[in-house]
Order: sequence, then C-alpha cells, then structure tokens
Amino acid sequence: MSAARRLCSNPAAACALAIIAALVVLAVAGPWFNPNDIESLDWAHVAAEPGLSGAHWFGTDRLGRDLFARTLEGTRVSLAVGVAASAISLVVGIAYGAVAGYAGGRIDGLMMRFIEVLSGLPLIFFVIFLTVIFGRSQYLLFFAIGAVGWLTMARIVRGQALSIRRREFIEAAIASGATSGRIIFRHVIPNLLGSVIVYATLTVPQIILLESFLSFLGLGVQEPHSSLGTLIAEGAGEMEAAPWILVVPGGVLALLLLCLNIVGDGLRDALDVKEH
Amino acid sequence: MTRYIVRRLAGAVPTLFIIITAAFFLIRAAPGGPFDQEQALPPEILANLQSAYGLDLPIWAQYGRYVRALARGDFGPSFKYKDFTVTELIAQGFPVTLQIGILALLAALGVGIPLGTFAALHHHSLADYGTMSLAVVGIGIPSFVVLPFLGLFFGVYLHWLPVAGWEPDSMRHLVLPVIALCLPPLSIVARMTRGSMLEVLRTPFIRTATAKGLPLHVVILRHALRPALLPVAGYLAPAVASIMTGSLVVETIAGLPGVGRYLVQGALNRDYTLVMGMVILYSALLIAMGLVVDLLYAWLDPRIRLGR
Repeated sequence: MSAARRLCSNPAAACALAIIAALVVLAVAGPWFNPNDIESLDWAHVAAEPGLSGAHWFGTDRLGRDLFARTLEGTRVSLAVGVAASAISLVVGIAYGAVAGYAGGRIDGLMMRFIEVLSGLPLIFFVIFLTVIFGRSQYLLFFAIGAVGWLTMARIVRGQALSIRRREFIEAAIASGATSGRIIFRHVIPNLLGSVIVYATLTVPQIILLESFLSFLGLGVQEPHSSLGTLIAEGAGEMEAAPWILVVPGGVLALLLLCLNIVGDGLRDALDVKEH
Repeated sequence: MTRYIVRRLAGAVPTLFIIITAAFFLIRAAPGGPFDQEQALPPEILANLQSAYGLDLPIWAQYGRYVRALARGDFGPSFKYKDFTVTELIAQGFPVTLQIGILALLAALGVGIPLGTFAALHHHSLADYGTMSLAVVGIGIPSFVVLPFLGLFFGVYLHWLPVAGWEPDSMRHLVLPVIALCLPPLSIVARMTRGSMLEVLRTPFIRTATAKGLPLHVVILRHALRPALLPVAGYLAPAVASIMTGSLVVETIAGLPGVGRYLVQGALNRDYTLVMGMVILYSALLIAMGLVVDLLYAWLDPRIRLGR
C-alpha cells in the first residue's frame, strides 16, 4: 500500500500514470464519441489537415480515412499486444526462473546456459523468422514476441529464487514434507513478486516498441487493421506533403512509451528493487 | 591472453554452428519458396530452376551441401538478386552499415559517458534531473520515430540536412541516421555511467584521492572512471545488438544502401542464402563483441583473471 502512495507522491510518475490512464480510456472508449470510423473513406477530405473545427480532428490520410479513429485503433492494438505478450513472457519467465533458481546446481547451470545462448542472438531474427513462418496472424504475433521476451524476466526471477531458497521458511516447508512443486508455487514465487512487478512494467513498453517495429517493417499487424507502427510507416512515406500523418501516431507512441518507462522507473524506486 | 582469445574463438564455433543449423531449418520450414511469383512458373521451368540451385534434393542433402560450401567460405548465390552471390551483396552493403554503426556506437559512448559523469557529479541538482529526464526520452522513443521527426525538422523545414539518400564520401547524409541510431544506447550508457559513478564516488579510495588534494578532473579521470565503466563495458554487446536492429529500419527510412534491408526482404522473399548470410554475419559480430567485452573487463578491473 505504502509503495502505491510513494509512487503517486513522485510527480513525474503520477503524471505519467494519469496520461497512460487517459490514453487507455481514449483507446477503449474513443470510438463512441468520434463520429468517424476506421474504414470509411471520405473522398471530400483526402489528406485533410487536422483541425478541431473540421470533420476530422486529427486530419485524414491519403485515402481519406479519419486519422483520429485510426490512431485510437492503433493505440488499442499496440496496448493489447503489449499487455498480452508481456503476460506470456511473465508466465514463462517466472516459471523458468523459479524452477532454475530453486533447483540450483547442475539443472540451474544448464537452464541458464540455454538462456545465455538464446540471449546472445539478436532476438529480432527469431521474431522475424517466427512471423515469416507462421504467417501474419495477430495472435501468433503476441506469441512470437512473448516467446522471446521472457529471457530477462527468467534471469531476474532466478536470481531472487536463488536467495529465497536459502531462507528458513523454505527449510521449514521441506521439513514438513512439501513437494518441490508446492514449494515453488506457494513459497518461492509469492516472495519474488516485487521485482517481477517492476520488471513487468518495464517489459510492456519494450514489447510495444518491438511490435511497432515489426509492424513498421510490414511483418506485424496487417491492413485494414492498424497498430501505431503501421501508421508511422504510412506517415513516414507522406512526411513532406502531409506531416501530420506521421506526427499524430508517432507522437502518441512516443508519449505512451515515455510514460510507461517513467512509471516503471518510479515503481522501481517506490519498491526499492535492485536490478540484478 | 592470446591463449584465452584462441580458446574463446574456438568455443564460438559450435555456437555459430547451432545458430546456422537452427536458422537453416527454420527458414526452410516457412511456406513458399524463392521462385514464387504472381504468375506461377511453368512446372518444367520451376523444376529446372530448382535442380540448378539444388532445391530438389532432400533437405538433409541441401544442408550438407550448404555447410560444406560454407566451410570453403562460399555463401552461395542469392536467389532474388540474380547474378549476385551473397558474398558480393554483403561486401557491397556492409561497409555502409558498418560505418553508421561504428559512428553511432562512438557517439553513444563519447556523449553518454561524459553526460552520465556530469550528472553524477551534480547529484540531486537540476542538471542531474535534466540529463536523466532526457535519457528517459531517449530510451523511450524508438529510432524509427526519431528519424522521420528529425528529417521533418532539419530536412523539410530548415533545409539543413538531406532527409534521405546517399552519396559516397558525403557525411551529410549520415548525420540524421547516426543520431537516430545512437540515441537509445546513448541514453542507457548515460544512465549506467551515472549510477555506477555515484557508487564509485562513495568508495574510500576516492575519498583518499580527494583528501590528498588531487584536482577533481584527476580524481575522475585517473581513479573513478575505470571502475565506473565496468557496467558500461558489459552493456556493449546489447548496445551493438540494439544498433544492428535499429539499422534494419533506419537504413530503409534514410535510403542508405547498407545490408539492413536484406534480412527482412530476404526472409519475405525466401531468399534462403541471403538470409543465412545475414544471420551468420550478425551472429558472428555479436559473438565477437562478447569477446571484446570480456577483454575490456579484464583491462578495466585488474582483479578479473581471464580463463578462470
């Protein structure tokens, strides 16, 4: 509880948290109070400039689609991918790290060696391969990004589990005959949640970044759907004639990532978690 | 020392071999092939093409052929860029990628380390908070957003620098891509330097150095910097990886003729040999970077003995 209060007394973090909340509400509820939808083409206003008096608040793109609606949809998709893929990497990372840390010894060495080999590679290769092989389904995109996002989480969890393993209450649990699985789930994992929460909030922006990177390359979310990455890719092509097509989604992505990073940092200070 | 380097390089061979094998079978598992076109080729021509490139053989035989050719240093012909071998394509593009990569890395270290030191020396001051807020911005905003914004501002509005394009021997075209590439690692380096510098400045040997009347710059440069740079040295390999990844998009946006585009295009076109060449090139670079990091560690901290 006091951690939450400490987070909110940090002005930068509180501000960032409010902006994230506003963006989430806008992304989810936006379609109801925006008169324009994502797909309809307004041929009377092609590449219209933004303006609050016009029919399109943020202007339109080359096909006359409303940029406000498309940016909101992009934000929604990017957030959904960020949260879903973070959840996957969280579950895998915690399970792997807790088992390795609790087991210790040779099993730990082997499991960590595997992570070392994987993280020695540029992960983007794997994600590119996975998206090329499995086609461009959104759900597989979650999976592909989540599947490579768990490495650092596993490392952090394992470090914590190694130190928890030597505590007395674990000894007591062993002495009272609890199985290893029960000890890991009931005693080890609940005790390492602090650092997990901090790292998870820092994982979400990383994953949103990776998703928009892939979408920017044309490997992620496909038309007619849009994520912030696809919108930025579109805007970068129209930069000189219609800069707002780039500036609107680019600004939203930058703001979102910035705020998520600030909240993550603030949470780390509030919970006083040491990395590594 | 030399023995350690040789042993590490020998140890890299199996790692590279595993990467090559995994990449080979993964890319072959992808549906489609290099000769897919809008209009399907007549079956006879397709069969001819496939036998010319050895694609009609069983996959294990193809793998054997590829690895044997690799052992001779032959990366094979590209499937999509007709009349070019993968070696030629990489030899053409890699100098450009290497140039912007090295410039970005140097900028990240050359600006990030002084900036972090500066922030640490002015702990809890406006300068400290200012630099660290800028660092959060640098970490948070991806290069593929930064570069178009920079192009918009410096190219379209101010006309100072070209938005995109490439001329040999002209640095003007490299300025914006290098800035966009170096910002995230620069910010992380500044943050790490600040953090470790703060810790080092609290240690007794720095107090001793200050107490015996050394001027501040001598204390920092001769005593504090070396131990404070240890975590930064550890970050070098991830920094190189981040710059490599960034170069995939930055080169495309800036219209630079580097190798970045080959990885994604190659994977989409099923240009098997080109993708493999890129994977081998980037993995070898990263493995080499890991070795450099370990050597740097030993230099920065004499207590570390290489090779256990």
